[in-house]
Amino acid sequence: MAPNSGSKPLRLIIALAAVIAGLAVWAFWPGTDHGIRLGLDLQGGTQVILQPKPITPGASITEDQLQQTVAIIRQRVDGLGVSEAEVTTQGSGDGAAIVVAVPGVSQDRLLSLVQRTALLDFRPVWGLYPPTSATAVPSESASASPSLSASPSLSASPSLSASPSGRALKLATSPSASASVSPTTSASASVSPTTSASVAATPAPVPAESAAPVQLVQSKDNSAAYQSQVAALDCTNPQNFAGGRPDDPVLWLGTCERDGTAKYNLQPAFIKGTNVTGATATLPQNGVGWVVSLTFDSEGAKALADASTQLTALPECGAQGANPCNAFAIVLDGVVVSAPRFNEPILGGQAEIQGNFTAQEAKDLASILKYGALPVTLEPVDITTVSPTVGSDQLRAGILAGLIGLTLVMIYLLIYYRVLGIIAVLSLVIAGVVTYLLFIVLSKSIGLTLTLAGVAGAIVAIGITADSFIVYFERIRDEIRDGRSLRVAADSGWVRARRTLLAADFVSILAAAVLYFLSVGSVRGFAFVLGMTTIIDVVVAFLFTHPLVVILGRSSWMQRGSRWTGLDPGRLGGASVLGTISGSRRRRGRTDGEGDGSADASATTQGEGSA
Amino acid sequence: MSRIGGLGRRLYNGEVSIDFVGRKRLWYIISGVIVLICVLALGFRGLNLGIEFRGGASFTIPQATCSIEEARAVGEAESGSQVIVTQSASGSINVQTAPVSADQSSVIAGSLAKACGVAKEDIKAQVVGPSWGAEISKKALQGLLVFLLLVTIFLSIYFEWRMAVAALVALAHDLVITIGIYAVTGLEVTPATVIGLLTILGYSLYDTVVVFDKVKENTRGITGQSILTYNDAANLAVNQTLVRSINTSIVALLPVLAIIIVGAGFLGAGTLLDLAVALAVGMAAGAYSSIFIATPFLAQLKSRQPEMKALTGRVLARRKQGGASEASGTAVSGILTDTRVASGPRQQPRRQPRSRRSR
Repeated sequence: MAPNSGSKPLRLIIALAAVIAGLAVWAFWPGTDHGIRLGLDLQGGTQVILQPKPITPGASITEDQLQQTVAIIRQRVDGLGVSEAEVTTQGSGDGAAIVVAVPGVSQDRLLSLVQRTALLDFRPVWGLYPPTSATAVPSESASASPSLSASPSLSASPSLSASPSGRALKLATSPSASASVSPTTSASASVSPTTSASVAATPAPVPAESAAPVQLVQSKDNSAAYQSQVAALDCTNPQNFAGGRPDDPVLWLGTCERDGTAKYNLQPAFIKGTNVTGATATLPQNGVGWVVSLTFDSEGAKALADASTQLTALPECGAQGANPCNAFAIVLDGVVVSAPRFNEPILGGQAEIQGNFTAQEAKDLASILKYGALPVTLEPVDITTVSPTVGSDQLRAGILAGLIGLTLVMIYLLIYYRVLGIIAVLSLVIAGVVTYLLFIVLSKSIGLTLTLAGVAGAIVAIGITADSFIVYFERIRDEIRDGRSLRVAADSGWVRARRTLLAADFVSILAAAVLYFLSVGSVRGFAFVLGMTTIIDVVVAFLFTHPLVVILGRSSWMQRGSRWTGLDPGRLGGASVLGTISGSRRRRGRTDGEGDGSADASATTQGEGSA
Repeated sequence: MSRIGGLGRRLYNGEVSIDFVGRKRLWYIISGVIVLICVLALGFRGLNLGIEFRGGASFTIPQATCSIEEARAVGEAESGSQVIVTQSASGSINVQTAPVSADQSSVIAGSLAKACGVAKEDIKAQVVGPSWGAEISKKALQGLLVFLLLVTIFLSIYFEWRMAVAALVALAHDLVITIGIYAVTGLEVTPATVIGLLTILGYSLYDTVVVFDKVKENTRGITGQSILTYNDAANLAVNQTLVRSINTSIVALLPVLAIIIVGAGFLGAGTLLDLAVALAVGMAAGAYSSIFIATPFLAQLKSRQPEMKALTGRVLARRKQGGASEASGTAVSGILTDTRVASGPRQQPRRQPRSRRSR
């Protein structure tokens, strides 16, 4: 111990300084966020914990379904345009929970957003365009662009298209289609090309929409203003095909293909998602690829029959700028999932979407059609709304409590341990700085958020961190009582304290880890902070406290044992001559922990009662 | 301070020795009575579970201008059930209702906002489904069991199984007392309380590990001598770490007390306060149990070991010879760094016969 610590202590402190400097650079790197992400209880907002329930009772929830649900919810929440929204899963299987936390959004808004089944509707396609923004160019010229006609997605091939994306589709009568539903004209107004044309002639103001960051392009009619808006829509911008913004089915909609490969001008919906009674992915016996079979309720069947009758007669979409054209779009939460073409009028309320789907694609599409995208039902089990004022009050109170606690601990350590107390206070400050920097870095890198429970964890950690120093200092005092010099005691006491510290901190970290992995909600935030601060405690004790005590122990002033050192041998019970004790005694002291010092000890401590 | 320093020295040297191990019957009785009160309170009064555990809705209205009665009337009219209304020192009113749907909760919040003259957005609302509380309780219990299993394995390897058992007994003691305090006082049990309890798991064991580490050190090679029994060595260890235990407890409790003061003064009931109360009780119990329960219990377990029985026999036989040890004490003690067994105001050996009797 003592022999090999010649130049080591300084090196350890330098190593720690390097680590802190590195963290500081990372934390305050220009152009990045330097703040600590605050949880909802500290900044206000709404958190909803949702428990997924299988749609069919008794079934269990697969990891796939869970991930799919989270992805859909995240898409919707991202559509709010709030930068710090969080969607996470906790636990797995039937015990899983989905936590949605959105700052600054009211309970009503978040719940309606998360809980609603995705809005699914079927809209006749009026125009199909390339994805890029065509500024101020009318739709006709855009649709006539050669690049589009070469696009594989809606090519005119009568059989299955070769599109690798599987989104070139045709809708055909299923083999079992019955002819019982006859076309009626009453429901056809919304999809009839003449109707839409006449509406387009009536100029109407674009509905005023609230200033959300990303806005759906919708209009009451196919006005020129609306058309130029559609033309300006840039479908190569991921924001515009992210979805998550439900469209109003009675309005026109200008939107993008889900993967950003095409842009559509869509007429008002003719079938709503609620009209779909079933959707399954099947592999037909004589077929080449997977298809999605659809069944509709009577209302949907009727609307489908009307629409398909009319649309079948129209020209292919995309080619020569046909408006309107023979396709309908399946729109989910504001983006086009798929735009099949009608092959023939569908009169039986049963249809089949063909395309060269893979099994996965067909299943996903069927699931979207059937469940309105959510493969599970979500039950909100815990809704918490915190107003921003309450949040900032809680944060201020937490910081205040932390500062008061820290100050009290520091005062106590200073009074009790004097110079060693200064080392302890410095160690606490360094542990605090490292904690702060780590919070910023982890906020940035893994999205750690600081919650009130985390603040509590940090405050509690003050005491546990300080305890490490107490254990060490008491050990040093024991060593000095045993007649060792401070120089030796700084190391031999450390060897003993180190073992105790590691064992005790291991228990703490174990508790934190178990809590983190097995619990839900606020407990996790607490456990994370507690575990993190315990590790920081160990690092600071090893790289700062011990080396600094060793360095101080070499100073002649500390070795003289002034009462201000907190290590006055007279007061502690060792002889004050110990600082200048003979070399043989010192060597004996170095062979620290094995119970060797007993013979000399009783002699040195005899009668040193002056306190 | 200097008195504590002097006390530390005398404790370390064994000049002043509190017979923690020998008087175990006394500590067991004290703890037994407290634990019994806690268990009875748990059995008869039960716990005042927060809405997170039983399901329900809670609305906190800051700076409410309405009276408690007005808030109650609105809450009962809108929820159609009995409500609990409380007012905190800071002037905010809390209304708790039976489980309601999300839509209903929005309506209730709106009505309360109107009646109490605040904006609806300022109301802190929480709605918890009835099954969710069972879920988090189950999770917490799972976590507890896994942790106990792991920590038993760790302590058994690092120390020995007897120390693991003694540490767990002390832990159970702390947990029962902490939970019992909630039953006795009727304080509401919230998830923050559970966090506090789980922290005590780590803290109580941490405290015990520090003491046991010293016991382990003091009793290394103890069978190779005949001056100290295991009880003596364990008792010395407790005395030697007493100053550390006191300091640690003070230092750990200071921040927690700061939370309680700030929490009670500024915030009213809330996460911080709930947590801090559980922690304060648990830490105090943890400090007590590591000294008064864990070590005496460990000594009791150890003295059932045949070699420890033999050791005790040897030591007692030696002490019967009277002054024999007085002369040669320092020479033969090969275990303790400074036990001062042979001279000075030494209390442990004199206590020893009594502790033998009490077993």
